[in-house]
Formats: sequence, structure tokens, C-alpha cells
Amino acid sequence: MQKIGSQSIKFDNPITILETASIVGPKEAEGPMAEYFDKCLEDEFWGEKTWEKAESKIIREAVNSSIIKSKLPADKIDYCFAGDLLNQCISSSFGLRELNVPFFGIFGACSTFVEALSLASVFIDGGGAENIIAAASSHFCSAEKQFRFPLELGNQRPPSSQWTVTGAGSAIVSKNGKGPYITNITTGKIVDMGIKDANNMGAAMAPAFVDTLLTHFKDTGRNPSYYDGIFSGDLGYIGKEIATELCQTKGYNIKNNYNDCGVMIFDKETQDTHSGGSGCACCGTIFSGYLFNQLKQKKLNKILLIATGALTNATSSQQGESIPGIAHAISIENKIN
Amino acid sequence: MKPINTQKEYQEYVNQKSPNSPIIKNCFNAFWVGGLICTIGQFIMEICKYRGLDNEISATITSIILIFLSAFLTALNIFNKIGKFAGAGSLVPITGFANSIVSPAMEYKSEGYVMGVGAKMFTVAGPVLVYGISASILVGIVYLIFNTQTLTLV
Repeated sequence: MQKIGSQSIKFDNPITILETASIVGPKEAEGPMAEYFDKCLEDEFWGEKTWEKAESKIIREAVNSSIIKSKLPADKIDYCFAGDLLNQCISSSFGLRELNVPFFGIFGACSTFVEALSLASVFIDGGGAENIIAAASSHFCSAEKQFRFPLELGNQRPPSSQWTVTGAGSAIVSKNGKGPYITNITTGKIVDMGIKDANNMGAAMAPAFVDTLLTHFKDTGRNPSYYDGIFSGDLGYIGKEIATELCQTKGYNIKNNYNDCGVMIFDKETQDTHSGGSGCACCGTIFSGYLFNQLKQKKLNKILLIATGALTNATSSQQGESIPGIAHAISIENKIN
Repeated sequence: MKPINTQKEYQEYVNQKSPNSPIIKNCFNAFWVGGLICTIGQFIMEICKYRGLDNEISATITSIILIFLSAFLTALNIFNKIGKFAGAGSLVPITGFANSIVSPAMEYKSEGYVMGVGAKMFTVAGPVLVYGISASILVGIVYLIFNTQTLTLV
């Protein structure tokens, strides 16, 4: 493992993503990506009494399912990195309390999934572990309750608002395996361009995405055409357009191979999700479901996944604070140079 | 597009990029749904009066029925769909007020009847109550001052 450029790490040893698992809620199951998820729920409660409990169950089952798929015995798993959006990350800590694996609870807002993958890779390449679980979850109902209004309140959402994805993604990262390999990570800086509108997270996070993306290109010497696909976590339609234009002004054209997980997960026309999906589970499930599948089938061979997070909470928005954004990039490739 | 360097430039650019709410469509829907709710109210009131109740009792019964209907539809997960469609049309009449109290009560039931339902019931309607009551007291004081003056002048 070596540091390259200002914010990136290049891994010397091949770090494989062994298996992934994804569970999504009923709305995601009606979206265009439904066929790629391991399990689609029929209702948001999944037999639990509260949404918080349902979210814990979702991440627990996603993690269990990824362990089963990887065929690793449970005692071969060295660590778990997981996080979510609820206060003090209770979904992951409650959901995974019976897992019996050393646990790092992490918070990177909606960038948590890639943060978990990044930390897991560093741990493995540093020799501290062989197999690590990286997971993240979010739940539309629990997130609305914490950040916005009660669900039954008859209000209107502005066109720039995004829909928190209900679900969880889990990946097993391992020292042994035949790919897809995590080859580089670029850890993002906190970028705040002064956006205060909590209903326009895409615009708040887009500058962080652009900053991390361009830093990644500078650090690694790569350019947009190196990748088969560049995927942002949850910028949504507005954030995606802003990000594309910002890159253009900096001299990088990402129009041809760039997409956003928040744009991919819902059908804008029929699902009334306004600017698209968001939440930790947005890039977590799209990666664990769709992207990993495409990598395995060699339809995509080199991807750059950049999860974006809005580092805000309900109190800070009420106090009129702006929304700082963050973005972490991870490049995943089928071949190792 | 020219490069963006400052926060101000970025905020202006974002404002221009972000679509506005469809105001004309929203106003139109608010107008007819709000009108419809008021017409239903009037209809209930006329029936009460036809049955021989006086104006004041009819008005009270009308409010009670509208509040009940709104709370009932909120519990059935229907009112939020009406509210999404009609906006202020369903929010401004007494139906919106009932919805704003019932919805947090439902949402926070999982935190118990005291700290959940009891404490959080007014999270949305609370400000309306506080400033509504404050405003009515202010208006009352103004009325009292001017009214007594009129009385002394006469």
C-alpha cells in the first residue's frame, strides 16, 4: 500500500470483493433495478414494530446473506465496518449486535458504504485482517421521521428533494480471491459551497464529488475514459447535471460514462421520486446489486464508485447552517496491473 | 459555462439549475380542493340547520365532522396523498390542522404515550397554536383599546 498524490492510496496486494448482498424496500422493488437485488421487501416494517427495528433487521439480514454467499465460516471474518443515518448509528449497532464480529461503527452520511469499503481495504492491505464486512443501510420512513416531517403529514415535496432509499448493501472484502479488485481509493475532503437548502442535497454534495473525482484523476494519472463507468452515490438528477457541468468547466468530460446511483434506482416518471434516490443504501444497494453483478459478468471491468454524503443534521439545518458535502472514491477493476 | 470559484457564484448557479415548484398547477389544485372541502363543510352546516339546529351549534358540528374526517383519512394513509396533490388547499381549512396533529401522534407512538404521542403531538401544529393564540391576544388588546375609546367618546 502506498500513498499516491495528495489524497489517494494504491494497493499493492490484490484486495477482492468476494460477495455482496442487497435488500431493498417495496418502492425500490418497483424501480428499474429490482431484478438485481437479492431480496425485495413487501412492506416497510418487515414484521417489526418500528421503522428503526425494520432498518436494523434489513442491515442484519443483508450482512448475514453476504456471509452465506461468500461461503466463509463466520469465525474467519475479522472485522465489520458499518454505518447508517440514524442518530448514533443505531441501525447498524443494534442490527449487528449479535454478529459477534469486531465492529467499527462509522458515519459518513450517505458516503458511508464507500467509506466502509475504503477502510476495509486499508485494513487488509496493512495486514490487519483477511476478511472484512463493509455495510450500510438507510430507511425512507426512519430518515423522514428524523430529518423532516411525519409521513402522514399532507405536505408537498419540492422538485429538488430526493427520496431516501430503504435498504442495505453489504460486501465481503477479502485478501484472497479472484476479483473484482479494489485497486485505489481517494478519500475526499469536506467541501462546503454554502448551500443551505436541505431539500437540495444533490447541489450541496456535487462540489465534493467533483473535488474528489478531479483529485483522483490527478493522483492516479488517469482520465475519465480510463473507466467503463463512473458512478456517484446519490447526487440525483440535479446534482448529476451540476456535477457534469462543473467537471466540464475544469476540462474533464464525463458525460459519456458517468451515471448516478440515485438516478438509476428509481423511475423518475412513474415513481414520483423527484430528483432521485438518496441515503446510504442508495449506492450500497446499487453497488451490491447491479454494479457488482456487472463486474462479475465482465460487462463492466473498471469502475469508479464515488459515494457522496451531506454532513448535516436536523438541528444544524434549523439553525441555518450550510450543508458540507463529502465524497469518497474507490476504483474497482477486474484486472490488476 | 464559466468556471465557478466563489460560494456566491455557486449558489446563484444552483438556483438557476434547480427547478421551481409548478406554482400555477399547485395553485389551481389548491383552489379547487380547498373550495371543495369548504363546500362539503357548508353542506354539512346546511343539513344541521335544516334539522333545526341554530347557527352556532351547526358550525361546531361542522368543525367536528371535518376534523374527524381528516383524522380518519390521515390514519388510513389517504390524507397525505390529498395533501401532496392539493397543498394549501387541504392544509388551510381545519382539515390541515387536524392532520398536523394526528400525523406526529401516529409517527411517535413508538416512543410511548407520554414522551412520544404526548410530547411530539404538537411538533407541527405547535407553532400555529403559539403564534395563532398570541396574534389573537394582540388583536384583542387592540380591539379593547379602540373599543373603550369609542365608548368614552360616545
